Amino acid sequence: MTSATKPGSNEPDPSTQIGVDTVSDASTTPDTAQPWSELGLKADEYARIREILGRRPTIAELAMYSVMWSEHCSYKSSKVHLAQFSENTTAEMNEKLLVGIGENAGVVDIGDGWAVTFKVESHNHPSYVEPYQGAATGVGGIVRDIMSMGARPIAVMDSLRFGAIDHPDTHRVLPGIVAGVGGYGNCLGLPNIGGEVVFDPCYQGNPLVNALSVGKMRIEDIHLAKASGVGNLVILFGAKTGGDGIGGVSVLASETFDADGPAKRPAVQVGDPFAEKVLIECCLDLYAAHVVDGIQDLGGAGLSCATSELASNGDGGMRVWLDRVPLRDASLRVEEILMSESQERMMAVVEPGRLEEFVAITARWDVEATVVGEVTEGKHLEVFWHDELIIDVPPRSVAHDGPVYHRPMHRPAYLDALQAAVPDDLVRPGDGAGLKAALLALMASPNLCDKSWITDQYDRYVMGNTALATPDDSGVVRVDEETGRGVAISTDCNSRYAKLDPFSGAQLALAEAYRNVATAGAVPLAVSDCLNFGSPEDPDVMWQFAEAVRGISQGCKTLGIPVTGGNVSLYNQTADEAIHPTPLVAVLGVMDDVARRTPSGWQTSGQVIYLLGATGDEFGGSAWSQVAHDHLGGLPPRVDLDAEHRLGEILVNASRQGLVAAAHDLSEGGLAVALAEASLRNGVGARIWLDEVCGRDGVDAFTLLFSESAARAIVAVPRTEQVRFTDLCTSRGFAHASIGVVEDEASVLEVQGQFILSLDELSAAHTSTLPAIFATR
Amino acid sequence: MGIVVVDVMLKSEILDPQGQAVAGALPRLGFHQFTDVRQGKRFELTVEGEVTDEVLAAARSAAETMLSNPVIEDVVGVRAQQPAPQSPAAEPQAAEHQV
Amino acid sequence: MKIGVVTFPGSLDDHDARRAVRVAGGEPVSLWHGDDSLHGVDAVVLPGGFSYGDYLRAGAIARFAPVMSALIPAARGGLPVLGICNGFQILCESHLLPGAMIQNDHRTFICRDQRLRVENATTAWTSDFARGDEITIVLKNQDGQYVADQRALDELEGEGRVAFRYVVGRSVPDGPDTDAAQVTAPVKYDRFATRNPNGSYRDIAGVTNERGNVVGLMPHPEHAIEEGYGPSLDGRKFFTSVLRSLVNA
Repeated sequence: MTSATKPGSNEPDPSTQIGVDTVSDASTTPDTAQPWSELGLKADEYARIREILGRRPTIAELAMYSVMWSEHCSYKSSKVHLAQFSENTTAEMNEKLLVGIGENAGVVDIGDGWAVTFKVESHNHPSYVEPYQGAATGVGGIVRDIMSMGARPIAVMDSLRFGAIDHPDTHRVLPGIVAGVGGYGNCLGLPNIGGEVVFDPCYQGNPLVNALSVGKMRIEDIHLAKASGVGNLVILFGAKTGGDGIGGVSVLASETFDADGPAKRPAVQVGDPFAEKVLIECCLDLYAAHVVDGIQDLGGAGLSCATSELASNGDGGMRVWLDRVPLRDASLRVEEILMSESQERMMAVVEPGRLEEFVAITARWDVEATVVGEVTEGKHLEVFWHDELIIDVPPRSVAHDGPVYHRPMHRPAYLDALQAAVPDDLVRPGDGAGLKAALLALMASPNLCDKSWITDQYDRYVMGNTALATPDDSGVVRVDEETGRGVAISTDCNSRYAKLDPFSGAQLALAEAYRNVATAGAVPLAVSDCLNFGSPEDPDVMWQFAEAVRGISQGCKTLGIPVTGGNVSLYNQTADEAIHPTPLVAVLGVMDDVARRTPSGWQTSGQVIYLLGATGDEFGGSAWSQVAHDHLGGLPPRVDLDAEHRLGEILVNASRQGLVAAAHDLSEGGLAVALAEASLRNGVGARIWLDEVCGRDGVDAFTLLFSESAARAIVAVPRTEQVRFTDLCTSRGFAHASIGVVEDEASVLEVQGQFILSLDELSAAHTSTLPAIFATR
Repeated sequence: MGIVVVDVMLKSEILDPQGQAVAGALPRLGFHQFTDVRQGKRFELTVEGEVTDEVLAAARSAAETMLSNPVIEDVVGVRAQQPAPQSPAAEPQAAEHQV
Repeated sequence: MKIGVVTFPGSLDDHDARRAVRVAGGEPVSLWHGDDSLHGVDAVVLPGGFSYGDYLRAGAIARFAPVMSALIPAARGGLPVLGICNGFQILCESHLLPGAMIQNDHRTFICRDQRLRVENATTAWTSDFARGDEITIVLKNQDGQYVADQRALDELEGEGRVAFRYVVGRSVPDGPDTDAAQVTAPVKYDRFATRNPNGSYRDIAGVTNERGNVVGLMPHPEHAIEEGYGPSLDGRKFFTSVLRSLVNA
């Protein structure tokens, strides 16, 4: 471990670093103390590394294992539970699945030779630290995952969760996160077609940013992240590598550095959406030219992850010359280069004969491309720094055979009392005026209010293929401009339900997303999930996680749609306070022709409004109990996936046959909120009567209006289609009743015998909430 | 190696929303003495060798054609940056690296 | 009729501009920023996006691209050129149009269905409209505030070279451009209600040159051309106008 000078001069040779720990050093100095604990490894994990290698690891190897075996990269606490997804996937469910769990993103066959890839991912902790860049790089990261499957990204969605709306820290993070999501997505030219914004005190110290991206490609153009073919070249292209996001590894610097050590490295990654836009176009040209054999994006753990995953997924080994990596910062140490999370970088595996074409394409887009390695025989990942071998590991041990924890879990002690604290005794409105006031309060509440202050900061039009976007029930984008074939996506989770019962809550998230997709007229096809939970070291949280995964996997099997991939974010807690379990579910559906999609708001007087589904007294975790009484207790609404499936069939068939002019699903706030939203969508009111359904279901007006029973929707049916529509429902034995008529003239939402609410008053309550808090002028 | 510093500011008649935002935020941090804030841009252009009059003229020309938009911005400064003082540790380091 | 659509690194709405040309009955031709030839097209569209990431200033770098060395003299010579959003910014930076764009006054990105009034229906790109027509076009940008000095503004007004103006009227307090004062005053619901969405001087949304062949506007007509994919079909007339004016030329 010596410094060196250029021959014949007194100047230090920048090509050698002081203190590069080589494999031969490691072989000959087995007793060197190593900072494995500071890097987050356990004693048994360190021992296992030594066993795998047959010697102590080099510092670079130690850094690589520590990051790749971290919770974030290895899923060590969640793996045993996530296995349920695969176990619950039948052969029939797999039929449309072209690429399943384990790749960068899942891919489904949507017909006509088209494939669609989608995934949702979290970037929670970085967004708390640096809201704009955390959110921006979250979008950048998920889009790169989609790109690396060989797809053109065609849309994004964002699901955001913040603490209390009037808390100063919410004011610190919200505008920055929204600006970051918009700033990155808009500059990439990807329409933001939907998402969620939820406020709950449990997220105060742990805001959640879950970003989704979807991409399209022809089936034959699917690319995978594997390096095979001995002699094939490994090319790093995109941005230069700098010191982004390597905070954790900087502890190594303190171990081996002398007085020339660098300043503390930043932990935050900074994104450049223009660089990524150029990268998207460049990659698509590379794919079209068929010069790419395997492709991987660089995300968490940077080069160490990309190289080990490509090698591990492939059939050979890999050799990498780290000194060839183009650097933005020449002072980076080898471990820092390996761990750097600099954005907008990709790694491709290319046959030597195609290198010239590859480089011609990257040059046209002014994208830097460097051959940094090659695929080799055997099963070793070797990394060289100039002529020194600094890493020699079996790639599978790094990327796939990491530790697997069986963490203890038990049902929380508080749960019995929480479930017993039913909302039955909460004071309910007694008359029409009270019902009207309750509705206005709900529509003005942070979780149900108009979100235009946020969503108008996102471009929903770019690419000209957006058939439906927020605030409609799902985002719908056209994939094929000739036929109109396209997809619908919804992301949903009610974490209050999940806190009361994680199994049911997770199933209700799945049901809601499924319902939202069907409401637009699309056939649900596949699922992605983003599981946001507290610390896995807390047995209560681990139990919640296991229950949620059990709920989703069983629910998917019942509904016949597979989980294609997803993300786990753990440690979302501040001291002992974990967030509510937040198992976000994204469902993707397909439409033969998105021109037939059903919007959520009615427009034409005289159409008949039907309520589909039966209503019971179910207020556990409801929006009304939160807004009126700040109450969380009891059980969430009953799950009936068979009913959701039948409801979905009705909505899809009705859409295909042109039987409904509008459809809106019921969720938070129940029927009243759904009616209000459908009226406000186009500013067209309605006259509603409830007595028949109250009698049929044995509930009073308040319950019918605000209960959150699942598997329900409202539709507006042109008079000429009434019979065909009701026949459709009857043939499936599904509860349905006409509850009103669309009426434009008076611009009111009238519930006969209860109240008349002007759309002006409703709109004012609905739209004032966010601007009142966040408007800066 | 020389550096030319170019400063560009929005013309005074153009409303500066970013400057206004900063001006509004400063009092919240306890700074009450600043009555106005305007935000501009500073460019550092590196040349090999010294900053001569020709270099300055070229920098001004670049500033007026590209670094600023004359419709809304003024080039308010073009000057050579003074070199940073020598760090005291420089010399001893050289000795360490001698063979 | 061949209408060129330029792609700069970072252009986003070039694909959509080409679609709009096709829908209107023209033949779109892709033009590359690095190519200094216009390949004999009859008109050119500079599309929206974030060319060069909007680095330095929006359009400031694109304006020096090789394709502009052919476009600028052609435009001065009468070639019809439409600059949409980033394209408008590039035309201003190139001095083919007066004024400049700075950040929206509310400092956020805004995407909304925007009501515009056609102020000049004699240009190559607006001749299918009638003066006073109110149309609904998509607006989406971060740096859309049109500014110019008083003299330039008076000249534009005096010579009738304001092409489009934002229809400013009753407004609903909802988007990020909301004035806090509006929040406390309940307003009549109107889904087309608008305000000046970015602080543009004199509510100017688009301008034209003296000859009427170069038009720039911040809103995006190419996103209002297809049923079900935009707020209206009002964008079509931009492209049918130029095709007709080329035929008549």
